[in-house]
Amino acid sequence: MILFFKRAIYDIRTNRFLNAVTIITISLSILIVSSLVLFFVNANDYMNSWKKGIKIIAYLKPDIGKANLVDIKSKIQGLYGVAEAEFISKEEAMKRLREQIKRQSSLLDGLNENPLPDAFEIRLTGQSSNSEKIENLAVQLESLPEIDDVEYGQRWIGRFVKVFELFRLTGYAMSGIFFIAAVFIVANTIRLVIYSRREEIEIMRLIGASDRFIKAPFYIEGIIQGALGGIIGLAALFAAFFYISTSVEHGLSSDLLHIRFFPLRLSITIILCSMLVGWLGCFISLRQFLKE
Amino acid sequence: MIDKNDKSAIILMFHVHKKYGSKKALININLDVSKNEFLFITGPSGAGKSTLLKLLYLGESVSEGQILIDGMNLSRISRKRIPLLRRKLGIIFQDYKLIPTKTVFDNVALVLEAMGKKRQFVQKKVNSVLRTVGMESRFNALPQSLSGGEQQRIAVARAVVGAPKIILADEPTGSLDSESAGVIFDLLKGFHTRGGTLIVATHDKELIRKTGCRAIHLKEGRQVSK
Ligand SMILES: Nc1ncnc2c1ncn2[C@@H]1O[C@H](COP(=O)(O)OP(=O)(O)O)[C@@H](O)[C@H]1O
Ligand SMILES: [Mg+2]
Repeated sequence: MILFFKRAIYDIRTNRFLNAVTIITISLSILIVSSLVLFFVNANDYMNSWKKGIKIIAYLKPDIGKANLVDIKSKIQGLYGVAEAEFISKEEAMKRLREQIKRQSSLLDGLNENPLPDAFEIRLTGQSSNSEKIENLAVQLESLPEIDDVEYGQRWIGRFVKVFELFRLTGYAMSGIFFIAAVFIVANTIRLVIYSRREEIEIMRLIGASDRFIKAPFYIEGIIQGALGGIIGLAALFAAFFYISTSVEHGLSSDLLHIRFFPLRLSITIILCSMLVGWLGCFISLRQFLKE
Repeated sequence: MIDKNDKSAIILMFHVHKKYGSKKALININLDVSKNEFLFITGPSGAGKSTLLKLLYLGESVSEGQILIDGMNLSRISRKRIPLLRRKLGIIFQDYKLIPTKTVFDNVALVLEAMGKKRQFVQKKVNSVLRTVGMESRFNALPQSLSGGEQQRIAVARAVVGAPKIILADEPTGSLDSESAGVIFDLLKGFHTRGGTLIVATHDKELIRKTGCRAIHLKEGRQVSK
């Protein structure tokens, strides 16, 4: 095993240029794929906090007595996808309205009776906030006898979620393409290394070396290339991320836009994937080499 | 270890034919080589000597016929077990076939490493074999810095280091001056004395006369008796 490692390292050092090209290619692929992933991780965070902000307002019929409120509240909260239902009395609603329009609030002084209905403000659970589910929930709410009308303004968010999903699919497809491209690039380097050493390999075979003995260093070489490529790619991404996030956070002093880097486990997964790329590349070129 | 009185066959060839495309390189070869035999294969260039040796180490496969080596049937042997056959053999090639990027020591050590031997053993064994061929001081040299005779000595060292039962040598002295040739020949004789079996392809008649060993003659791919 140590011997195989030594031979792999020796090989990387003798084929420095070829190996450097491969490692750079892998790290570029990793950089591109993981920046996509990073974008999705953050966009997803963002969407979720946004979705949590989606509200449905259910207006009650005017003749509902205060005594029934507890009952209605528990009915609403029993519906699927509801995180929380908060009662807003018409007095409370009037107060909020006054605050909202401040300067023109004198307009409201002319009213001798509060025209606003009592209502429930309903927050949704994060997962259940795609547009069909919101629609569904609204229909269910409307069918409750105590409820007069239902309002949920942010329909466009639903549409945005759909666009985002499409975007995410494209991201997956692109990641897949880069993965395959990286595998073939590694396969190609290893093929070139094998080619440059075909005489040596032939001699090794003639003196009784097994295929396993001959192939092991190449696998180690591929995996080392993968690991180095992955680490370099992630490091580059982290540097870029660090640069961008500090400059963004200076400009936008808000918790609204809180972006984060990969958690450790995801970083390790990415490096492992990169090693898998190296291994697969080897596997492909060595399988061909075996057939010859 | 090796029973010198056991003279049973270690290599058998039955009706072996070899064609390269339509070119017949060997025609109906029948041969048995007993344990601890020192056998020469002679014949003019192009007669099929190298081809015969290649068939024995599976550098080429037979077109027809059967070959048995130390209990292995070469036409039945799976790809995976070819290394096992080759470890029974020490091969000395006409063009040495040393790995140019490896030192003398590493070239010889590779055989033992491929067998999975322990490091200390490899170290000791390779040093002792290099001493036998008189090349211990050049252990760190690269092959291209050595003369032909020295390279051939390394090739012999590599052939014997794995303690094979059989040595196959293709014109081992062909391109050497008589002094170097003498050294190589003595090394091969040493292997024979220790109980090994040798098959040596050569067109050096002097060599054969000197030893008085059995020789088979090839002419245009056929075995001819003299
Ligand atoms: N790989 C090959 N392809 C085609 N013909 C070959 C090949 N190797 C050898 N031959 C032919 O087979 C014949 C025997 O060659 P070889 O065994 O090398 O002879 P020798 O070693 O006795 O000089 C020659 O005619 C040679 O041209
Ligand atoms: Mg020849």
